[in-house]
This record gives sequence, structure tokens and C-alpha cells, in this order.
Amino acid sequence: MKVKAIIIIVIILIIALFAAAYVVDETEQVVITQFGKAVGEPKKDPGLYFKIPWFQKANYFPKNLQEWDGDPGQVPTLDKTFIYVDTFARWKIVDPLEFFRTVNNVVGALGRLDDIIDSAVRNFITSYPLIETVRKTNRELDTFELGIDQVKDTSPLGEVSLGRGKITKGILDQAQPKLADFGIELVDVKIKRLNYVEQVRQSVYGRMIAERNQIAEKFRSEGEGEARKIEGDRERDLKQITSEAYRKAQEIKGKADAEATQIYAQAFGEDPDFYSFIQTLDIYKEAMGKESSIILSTDSEFLKYFKGYDGAR
Amino acid sequence: MDKIKRAKGKFPGIWIIILIIILIYIGSSTFYTIGVDEVGVIQRFGRYITPPRPPGLHFKLPRGIEKVTKVKVRFVYKEEFGFRTIQAGVRTRYASGSAYLNESLMLTGDLNVAVVPWIVQYRINDPYNYLFKVHNVRATLRDLAESTMRLVVGDRSINEVISKREEIAVQTEGLLQKELDEAETGIRVTTIEMKKTNVPEPVQSSFNEVNQAVQEKEKMIYQAREEYNKLIPKARGQAEKTVKSAEGYALDRVNRAKGDASRFLAQYEEYAKAKDVTRRRLYLEALSEIFPKLGSTYIIDSEQENFLPLLNLGQPKGGEK
Repeated sequence: MKVKAIIIIVIILIIALFAAAYVVDETEQVVITQFGKAVGEPKKDPGLYFKIPWFQKANYFPKNLQEWDGDPGQVPTLDKTFIYVDTFARWKIVDPLEFFRTVNNVVGALGRLDDIIDSAVRNFITSYPLIETVRKTNRELDTFELGIDQVKDTSPLGEVSLGRGKITKGILDQAQPKLADFGIELVDVKIKRLNYVEQVRQSVYGRMIAERNQIAEKFRSEGEGEARKIEGDRERDLKQITSEAYRKAQEIKGKADAEATQIYAQAFGEDPDFYSFIQTLDIYKEAMGKESSIILSTDSEFLKYFKGYDGAR
Repeated sequence: MDKIKRAKGKFPGIWIIILIIILIYIGSSTFYTIGVDEVGVIQRFGRYITPPRPPGLHFKLPRGIEKVTKVKVRFVYKEEFGFRTIQAGVRTRYASGSAYLNESLMLTGDLNVAVVPWIVQYRINDPYNYLFKVHNVRATLRDLAESTMRLVVGDRSINEVISKREEIAVQTEGLLQKELDEAETGIRVTTIEMKKTNVPEPVQSSFNEVNQAVQEKEKMIYQAREEYNKLIPKARGQAEKTVKSAEGYALDRVNRAKGDASRFLAQYEEYAKAKDVTRRRLYLEALSEIFPKLGSTYIIDSEQENFLPLLNLGQPKGGEK
């Protein structure tokens, strides 16, 4: 009988010990509640802890970084472009007691985060032109086209005064104080995706196509211009070469003619009469032939002996 | 009932068997092996015990007291954005298309739209942070990677996005690593690799047209040059020829003149010795040469006037005359 009682007591003690002990993991923190009311400081360090069995309850909350994913919504920017903005945030529970009192659990917290962050995102996106959300800095964009002389980019993109970094910082600063009441620390808010809504996207595609076509046309007309220039060069060079050759040839010929003339004049000048005599005879020889007929008068020098041997008339 | 009680009484060994089973259960949880690419992270009552265990066989306190989590620290994980590998192999197949387009579609700094698929490769370099600091490391990595890539692409023009992928990858890697360190994810990015960046499908043809136009431009210029090269050297040769032939003409002309002059002077020298006789001789020689060649000869008396009607000039020359 005595042994039996001892065994029962030991078993009860063991069960009580197991009910009293609880383990806090590295990723967890615990709030102890007694009949639904929080008791003592929350346990933030990992390890083995004990509570009053059955009367007290351990409520576990995550201690590590939690994610929150925003609902991608359609938001107009200040310049009236409709865009989809998909944001995400990371947060953690810094005050589990407050967290337990106000939102009770992670699911409840996510609902609050939706309300607060989504509205902060909308506030900021709608207050600035699109370019502020897209770009980070005022970095000079390289719109240089390969092989083109420099397409002057005239699209009025505007200056970036804030940039995405400062906008997300603004969203964080606006949402953070509201979340502090829930024992939540918002670590950061970031824009994950940013895109045009479908209709806007189509018109942006249209613009991109038009821009490319214009560049393509520029290339083509550049090619055409270049080709014409070469054609012009060709024509000019051709004319230059032939005319220069002609000029040179004429000069040479002229000089030769002059020299020949001078030689003839010098030689024939000795006796012009004799020259014309023999030259004329030569011409007769060449000019007269089978095709020629000659009518001679009996008066002619040639026939002076024909009429008589006397010769003198 | 009686039978069972009796059985129990007969075999007290059943308690021993139960005890052994319990011991085996506890004992089996007191040793573990860590693979070559892993480390074992030990938690005693939830608390992290340093240092992580290296590969090999190890012992620990039984279940409920110590817990081991194996972390693959040498394994290189891969996350794909904008596409998914369906089947890796010699010819890897990818799934892209509209399903993952949302991941890769992004706005560029000049407010154009680009399609930018990429992969992130990473290792776990701090198992403690990896396990305990962030709730869902993989989701955090994906979110941060997308946001960082868009941040980088958002500050570049569409041309840069297409042509300077390496630069984008390097900058994104730096920024992403910083974010991951700040978030204490325990992850080290080993590579960011850009897949084929492009413009969206509907715009692609117009981008190709630009490339085509570049080719056309070159072609037009080359064609014009070809025509130039075909004509100009030929013309130069032609010009050379003209000049040479003029030079030939000049030589010919001068030589002939000299020849003629010499001949004349020689003749004249002899002529000057006996002018009258030579003159007559030359005259008669010429006539004797000419007359036999002539077609017909008419002799008209000097008194006769108006003789032309008598002649039948212009008639074909015949033998009957």
C-alpha cells in the first residue's frame, strides 16, 4: 500500500514537471498568461523555462524577421499614369506583450499591416510623378545608339528629386509610428514590382515602336546620304581625271605642233618659192589619179611643144 | 480477461521488452551523422550551442533535450526569376512565357518596358542567422532580389539594360548582398547571372528593324564605294592612255617635221646649184608620173569657147573613150 502511494505521487510529480517545463526556441519568444492575463516579463531568450502547471499558459510568438507581401494594387501616379505596385515589408515583434494585447497573433498583425502599409504606399505613389518611383538617382542615362551620331533624347522625363530610395523611406516613416502601438517594428518597406496597367502598357509599347522606327529611319537616310556623297565624289573625281588628262594631252600636242611649225618655217624659209614648187608637184602626184579627168588648153605650158617643136609662139 | 492476467503473470519479461524499446528510442536519437557538405546546428532546450558540428558521426543528448538541424553550407542554391528550368540537361528546357513574365517585366529609367530574366546563386554562409534570424529566408531572398534588380534597372535606359548586362549584374549583386547582410539572412550571393534581356515581345520586331537598318546603311555605303572603285581606277588608266598617246602624237609630229625639213634642205642644196634645169626636170618628172595615171585627158584648142556641152563629163569611165 505504501509503495503504491509513493509510485502514484512520483508519477503525478513527473506529469506536473512536464506540464511546467517549456522550451523557448531561438526563433521564439513567449508570453505567460494566467487565466488569459499576461503575467511577468516575456521570455525572449531561448532555453528551458518553468511555469505553474495547468494554471498558466505559454503563448509563443516569433522573434525573427517576418515577411509581409502587399496586395498588388492599381495606383495612379501624380502624372496620372496607372501602375501596379507590389510592395513587401519585413517586420518583427519587438514588444510581445503589447502585440499579444492588441493583435493577438501573426494573422491579426498581417491584417493591420495591410491597412497601414497599403495606404501609406498609395499616399506616396499618388503624390509623386512616376519617374520618382522608378528611378533611384539622377544618373545620366546612356541612350547612345551604336553607330548613330547621337540620338538627342527629347522625351521629357523630368528630374528626379527624391528617387525610389527616399520614397520607400517615406512610406516606412509614415507607417512605422502607427505600428509601434502594436509592438511591431517595421524594418523596411520595399517596392518589389512596378508595372504599367495593361492599357498603359499597350500605349507604351506603341511609343517604343515609334521611337525605334524613327531611329531605323535615321539609319536608313544616313546610309542613303552617305551613298549619295560617295556617288558625288565619284562623279567629281571622274570628271577631274578625264579633264586633266585632256588638258595635258592638248598641251603636249600644242607644244609639238609649235615645234613642228618652227622646224618647217626654218627649213622652208630658205626658199619659199622652191618649197611651193615642189610641194605643189607633190600634191599633183597625190591628188590626180584614175578618177580624175584633165582638160588641157592648147595654150598650156604642157602642150607648148604639142602644137609645134618651135616652142615659141 | 483472466487469460490476459494469467499471460502477464507468466511473462514478466514483457516489461523488460518495453524498457528496451524505450531505451532504443532514446538511444537512437543520441547519435547523428553530418554529410560532407553540411554542418549540424545543435540546440539544447531551444538554445543554440556553439560551434556548429563538422561532417562526421556525433553524439548528443537525447531527443527533447538537444536537437540537431543540418544545414547545407557548401551547397549552391539557385533561384530563377522570369523563367523556370523544367529539365536540366544537355539541352536544358526552360519554361518562360506569361506565367513568369511578371517577375521579369520591369520599367527602365526612360520609362520603357524591358524583360529581364536572371538567376541568383547563393550559399548559406552563416547557419545561425540562416536558421534563426529570418522567418522565411527563401521568400525574403526572392523579394529582395526582385526589388534590387528593379532598382538597378530603374536607373538605366532600355539600351543599357540590353547591352550592359554584366554591369547590371555586378551592381545588383553588390546591393543585394548588402540588403541580405542587413536582414541577417546568413546568405552569401555567389553569382547573379543575367539571362537574355530583351524588350517585350510586341516591341521586339521594331528593335530588330533598327539592327536591320544599320545593316542596310552599311550596305548602301559599300555599294556606293563599289561603284566608285569600279570606275575611278579605270578612268585613271584611260587618262594615262590619253596623255601617252598625245606624247606619241608629239613625237610623231616633231620627227616628221624634222624629216621633211631635212629632205627639203637636201633637195634645196642641190637645186641651188642649177636652179633652172632642176626646176624643169622636177616638173617633167611629175608630169610623167601623173599622166599615165589619169582616167581621161581632153585637149581643147585655146580658140574654142564653150566646149563643155561637147563633153559627157561624169559618165562612168569606159574603155571606148
